[in-house]
Amino acid sequence: MAVETLAAPHVTLRGRTFMALVVAPEFPMAEWFSAFDQQMHGAGGFFIDRPIVADLGATLEEGGPDAVFIVLEGLEARQLRLIGVEGVDPVLLAGTRWERLPKTLHGRVQTLETWADLHAAPHDEPSPAPVAAPSVSSLLIDRPVRSGQSIVFEDGDITIIGPVASGAEVIAGGSIHIYGALRGRAIAGLRAGDSARIFCRKLEAELVGVDRLYRTAEHWGEALHGRSVQVMCDRGALRLSAFD
Amino acid sequence: MSKVMVVTSGKGGVGKTTSSASLGAALAQAGQNVVVVDFDVGLRNLDLVMGAERRVVFDLVNVVQGDAKLPQALIRDKRVETLYLLPASQTRDKDALTEEGVGRVIAELRERFDWIVCDSPAGIEKGAQLAMRFADIAVVVTNPEVSSVRDSDRIIGMLDSKTLRAETGERLEKHLLLTRYDAARATKGEMMKVEDILEILAIPLLGIVAESPDVLTASNVGSPVTLHNPASAAARSYTDAARRLMGESVAINTPAEKRGLMSRLFGRKATAA
Ligand SMILES: Nc1ncnc2c1ncn2[C@@H]1O[C@H](COP(=O)(O)OP(=O)(O)OP(=O)(O)O)[C@@H](O)[C@H]1O
Ligand SMILES: [Mg+2]
Repeated sequence: MAVETLAAPHVTLRGRTFMALVVAPEFPMAEWFSAFDQQMHGAGGFFIDRPIVADLGATLEEGGPDAVFIVLEGLEARQLRLIGVEGVDPVLLAGTRWERLPKTLHGRVQTLETWADLHAAPHDEPSPAPVAAPSVSSLLIDRPVRSGQSIVFEDGDITIIGPVASGAEVIAGGSIHIYGALRGRAIAGLRAGDSARIFCRKLEAELVGVDRLYRTAEHWGEALHGRSVQVMCDRGALRLSAFD
Repeated sequence: MSKVMVVTSGKGGVGKTTSSASLGAALAQAGQNVVVVDFDVGLRNLDLVMGAERRVVFDLVNVVQGDAKLPQALIRDKRVETLYLLPASQTRDKDALTEEGVGRVIAELRERFDWIVCDSPAGIEKGAQLAMRFADIAVVVTNPEVSSVRDSDRIIGMLDSKTLRAETGERLEKHLLLTRYDAARATKGEMMKVEDILEILAIPLLGIVAESPDVLTASNVGSPVTLHNPASAAARSYTDAARRLMGESVAINTPAEKRGLMSRLFGRKATAA
């Protein structure tokens, strides 16, 4: 079994909701931003128009309020769709242009849907009782996933019979199984975390990600290209290994 | 029974209009009643390629908006009597078409013709979506290069989701027409291989049309290549593709195979030249 272990990246992502990704800038900032720029550049448009939530907990802790504003400006300058901030006290942002960004306090998991609700509904209306999620835990797609299509299934695994095209993406709460070529992007483990895996018949992907780690094509060697591969987390790094 | 066939691609300039005219003419030459409809409102081309530009009085937009009756807008080809053209408007924009209006015109065309060939504009916006909306069959025109293949993949996704057939759970036939195929460049590895394109797009191959000056010559004199130069390789590719559409089984010959033989005969010099 050919094994390729990759070092942990500087920049990690966390899926939170359907589409939003969380970035957590770390000190030293100059280094973090240059790694981030490099990865944005290498990610083939992955960040374009993608809602981003900034986790500024570490920034605040180490750099204080001034650092928070510098980092927010830095993210803004990169034309990201910043849709939320977490890890900072809302009072801190009061009176600034970031005041209206939704804020999550200290690790409380808040989804896009819930803050959309919070912002849409008048405050005196009682919030609806939570509806139990249907107990479906896997999604089967028995046709090719075409360029431009996005398959998102937060509640469990996704199985695809057919190829995933370049420019298509598959995002799962659990693992992703592709009985065909993976030419687009696959991100597993939004819910399951680092126990999720990605399996594909033929690796020609633009990007693979599990839990908080991701890799673009240039990070894995020619040796794995076109092969039957699994992607998993292994002690904090993303590991790609061939089956044949 | 009438068939509505959209000729589409996503990417521009790959040969949709050329293929609409040539397939339409080839079907008509085989005795079918055919109308070719130009959906490229604002950038009409089909009238030129079919040599009817001086005969356009009313167009698709006029009919959709009820300013003209369908027979007033249809132009009969001077060479093949079962071939008609419904031109696009050059002066209006794409918003002049409505889904309801297009549906009405298509329904009326279905009563008169065996084949309604819809020449789609490039892109994935409203114009392209209206052209594919009522289709029973789609011909996806693709050039052997990555950007064209990816756009075709995107269009196939839309055919599977945005057409009336897809919405009602009916099957929509999809065919791949590979055009502007340059055998010499394919041999040198400068273009994508047929088998790789087929693997990516995963739809059946309708035909391969080689890159050929005969196509340009024909469109410059306002005649589909199947009429202007029926013996040319491009015309034969289109005629064979039309026969396959009519349900005949005709073997597909890949231009690269011939070139493969050439380079085998002449060795490396042939490819190095
Ligand atoms: N097989 C071929 N060999 C050589 N030239 C070709 C071939 N097919 C098409 N062409 C040329 O390519 C150009 C574009 O063709 P065409 O207008 O049919 O493309 P299209 O897809 O309809 O473009 P648009 O997206 O602008 O509507 C034309 O100049 C045409 O003559
Ligand atoms: Mg055209």
